[in-house]
Amino acid sequence: MIAESGHYAMVLALALALIQSTVPLLGARLSDPALMNIARSTALAQLLFVAFSFAALVTLHVTSDFSVANVFENSHSLKPLIYKVTGVWGNHEGSMLLWVSILALFGGLVAAFGGNLPRSLRARVLAVQAWVASAFYLFILGTSNPFLRLPNPPIEGRDLNPVLQDIGLAVHPPMLYLGYVGFSISFSFAIAALLEGRIDAAWARWVRPWTLIAWIFLTLGIAMGSYWAYYELGWGGWWFWDPVENASLMPWLAGTALLHSALVMEKREALKVWTILLSILTFSLSLLGTFLVRSGVLTSVHAFATDPTRGVFILLILCVFIGGSLMLFAWRASALKQGGLFAPISREGALVLNNLFLTTACATVFIGTLYPLGLEVLTGAKISVGAPFFNLTFAPLFLLVMIALPFGPMLGWKRGDLLGAAQRLLAAGVVALFAVAIAWAWTSGGAALAPLAIGLAVFVIAGALTDLAERIALFRAPFGVAMRRMRGLPRSIWGTAFAHAGIGIALIGIVCETTWNTEYLGTMKAGDAANVAGYELRLEGLFQEQGPNYRETTAPFTVYGGGQRIAVMRPSKRSFTTRGGMSTTEAALLTRGASQLYISLGDATPDGGIAVRIYHKPMVLLIWLGPVLMAFGGMLSLSDRRLRVGAPKPAKALRGLQPAE
Amino acid sequence: MTLWFVFALMTAAAMFAVLLPLGLRGRSHVAGTETAVYKDQLAEIDRDAAASLIGAAEAEAARVEISRRLLAASDRERGPPAQPSGRPRRAAAVLALLGLPALAIAVYLPLGSPRLPDFPLAARMAAPNEAQPVERLVAQVEQHLQEKPTDARGWSVLAPVLAKLGRYDDAVRAYRNAITYGGENADWHADLGEMLVAAAGGVITDEAKAEFDRALALDANETKAGYFRGAAAEQDGRKEDAAAIWRGMLDKAPPDAPWRSFVQAALARVGGAVAPALSDGTMAAAKDMSEGDRATMIRGMVERLATRLKQNGDDVDGWLRLVRAYVVMGDREKAKEAVADARQAVANDAERLKQLNEGLRNIGLDG
Repeated sequence: MIAESGHYAMVLALALALIQSTVPLLGARLSDPALMNIARSTALAQLLFVAFSFAALVTLHVTSDFSVANVFENSHSLKPLIYKVTGVWGNHEGSMLLWVSILALFGGLVAAFGGNLPRSLRARVLAVQAWVASAFYLFILGTSNPFLRLPNPPIEGRDLNPVLQDIGLAVHPPMLYLGYVGFSISFSFAIAALLEGRIDAAWARWVRPWTLIAWIFLTLGIAMGSYWAYYELGWGGWWFWDPVENASLMPWLAGTALLHSALVMEKREALKVWTILLSILTFSLSLLGTFLVRSGVLTSVHAFATDPTRGVFILLILCVFIGGSLMLFAWRASALKQGGLFAPISREGALVLNNLFLTTACATVFIGTLYPLGLEVLTGAKISVGAPFFNLTFAPLFLLVMIALPFGPMLGWKRGDLLGAAQRLLAAGVVALFAVAIAWAWTSGGAALAPLAIGLAVFVIAGALTDLAERIALFRAPFGVAMRRMRGLPRSIWGTAFAHAGIGIALIGIVCETTWNTEYLGTMKAGDAANVAGYELRLEGLFQEQGPNYRETTAPFTVYGGGQRIAVMRPSKRSFTTRGGMSTTEAALLTRGASQLYISLGDATPDGGIAVRIYHKPMVLLIWLGPVLMAFGGMLSLSDRRLRVGAPKPAKALRGLQPAE
Repeated sequence: MTLWFVFALMTAAAMFAVLLPLGLRGRSHVAGTETAVYKDQLAEIDRDAAASLIGAAEAEAARVEISRRLLAASDRERGPPAQPSGRPRRAAAVLALLGLPALAIAVYLPLGSPRLPDFPLAARMAAPNEAQPVERLVAQVEQHLQEKPTDARGWSVLAPVLAKLGRYDDAVRAYRNAITYGGENADWHADLGEMLVAAAGGVITDEAKAEFDRALALDANETKAGYFRGAAAEQDGRKEDAAAIWRGMLDKAPPDAPWRSFVQAALARVGGAVAPALSDGTMAAAKDMSEGDRATMIRGMVERLATRLKQNGDDVDGWLRLVRAYVVMGDREKAKEAVADARQAVANDAERLKQLNEGLRNIGLDG
């Protein structure tokens, strides 16, 4: 009864989405408030039914109801409870259900909190949202239905892919989906604006916070996925330029650009058309990401679906939505009124520059990801575009972004003073040069570019701090006044500073990890010791243990540093009998400051030894601390509920009276 | 049936969501307007200026810009509100009332399996017919014994499991093999006898009696064999002998023997005096009473069977069961009556008569 009512709830959600995608549009055309309000109640009801459906699937997984094919194929009665729950979205069908659940959640949020939106805009936004939802309900019901039953239920399930039996699965996909799907809101707003033929102030007020929410989740989701790959896959790598990773990076880059252009739009009512285009592109890239991962076009850990009908269906969804929205854009964009004007050297100008770089960077990732696929389809040749390509194209673009980054917040709206900004950044530049010199002296003989990159990162961080100091007049006004001004500073300013500093911090981590990483590879026996980066690691022996649904070989290492015993690390290798002895590597991590020691086990040798990989990764945690800071900055900015108006600086304003924003 | 009721409720809720806004036709919901946003922004500028977060000049410049936008927006909003007609609303209502359930059913029926109940694992494990895993184990052990039939220990382990599963004939074979390959053993002989009794539906056949005698020959104190020899006497109608055998067992047994109360109950059944002063009087009474209750229940079942057979006498197995039941209860008169009735009922059918006679011979009541 749970299975069937969950199934039926999803069918009802489809029916409601179909009504929601048509009737409110008619209402908006006829200016009938009752018909427009149907969008609101159906969006909420749709959320209710999808949530019920999702809860039903979770219940089925938890109670191990193997009469449901999805549970049989991906669960096991002995699996710990947490993995029974996370296993719900650890497979294709369940993850698609999570996808639409989040879509319905965002639709429900707009319906619930959109009271201050003009009614026709709200009706159109929710209708567009329902188009997307309908397409995905049809996709799920037609090609990947999680509620299909087995008339003769087997007594035991096939278990979840062991690599996915990890706490990372509990966090990474929901975060990522909240990000991907969150961009559907700005997409719906963009399409609704094109349908309405105008963009009003309420539009701008709404789009930025929603984009920000999506961006925060996507940032955290990508960082989380990267950390997960780092400790679970056992290679010590944190980014592989794998198509699936790129699929999440592309919407992030476009979304970051959108975030900045939405800022201009909110404050200055400029860049309207461009913001709309970015909204469409960002969500299109999210859909593309879903297509790449879900269609089985790519073969990697993520592509647990390999079924051609699914691929064709998603491709169809992709073509209809991307093609359709871009066509609508081409047709209607000229009808939109252009907004405020600004000089090239201004805050707006800087944000345009940022957008330019970010979209170009996004385009390089796009080419690097899809070119091999296209080539394979056309000529059958299999080529792999890996790190070298991206290091040559993506990296320089991003370095340019980072050089320009500290200048942006220093420039005034409408017309800015580049020289003045440069003067104020002088201190940051000096600090950065010092950092370069120190890094050079410290590592003489290493990669020549690394100290420069560190200098750049320090420049970005110092630039963010300078911006704060300037705003509170730290060294010009008495200390007490500065403190008072600091308290009065809007939270969005703090958010900007945190987010920008986060990029610098992540860059430091990336540079240190890739340049000064040391590793040890070898076969060790009990009692052997390895020396890595000043630490001595002694293998104590190999032990067999029995877990709930696996057997594991652990190899405890005692770590000595400076003659003292620091800790015991326990890497292990797990073998899952339910999956035909498939095994996973559980790496052991030891954190020392921001650096980490990393041990992962390879295969055992016949003479009782075991292959061991030991890494010392300096400053590696900064790679993920950066994104966390960025997301934190985003949250600060989100919590700033003020209305935003970009006050242009009058031509003869005094230096001491900087606009707070 | 409950499922369809739930479906109906859910469909009604979905229809309600579409119909609700149509019902609230008079109430115009407050929606945001562009001018409201600009007015908010003006208030914001005033607040910021008052908190000296922005300078007076910037505040003035921002005010001018917002006012410009405000004027433009209020011009746009002055258009007359359209007067909605009823037709599209009625169409939407029809869509909700007919289209929504029709679509839901049309999509669900080909995909769903409404007849299939849930099978949560915990409930399946608790269900009595869920003996699959045990049976699989038994199959494995049997296969092993087929390859290596001289494994007496294997047979002796398998036999009680078979007994529990109700496969008495196989259990008999298993104990025979255990004795053949593992040597003479009083326990196994007694168990074999018990299985023979079970296979014969509770009647202690000559074959079974021989096994119990063999067990007692190997070990005179073998309890199970002793009890069944008494039971055999009881079934033959020799209540005095039965009582004597059981009383003898109780006399020889240690005071804390676990089977004591069981034999005492049997002794009470044949009218023998309960061994004195060993147990509390009230306790004994309670035991008797529950034993009596049980007997009443069994008698009720037997009577129902007898009534049924009187109405429809074709069931040879039923007759045999009835006769066997009377023998087990020690009521030889009734058993003989039943045999006579049975013969009369199937007299016209030679095949059945033959079947009946064979069955009676097994029970030990031919003639």
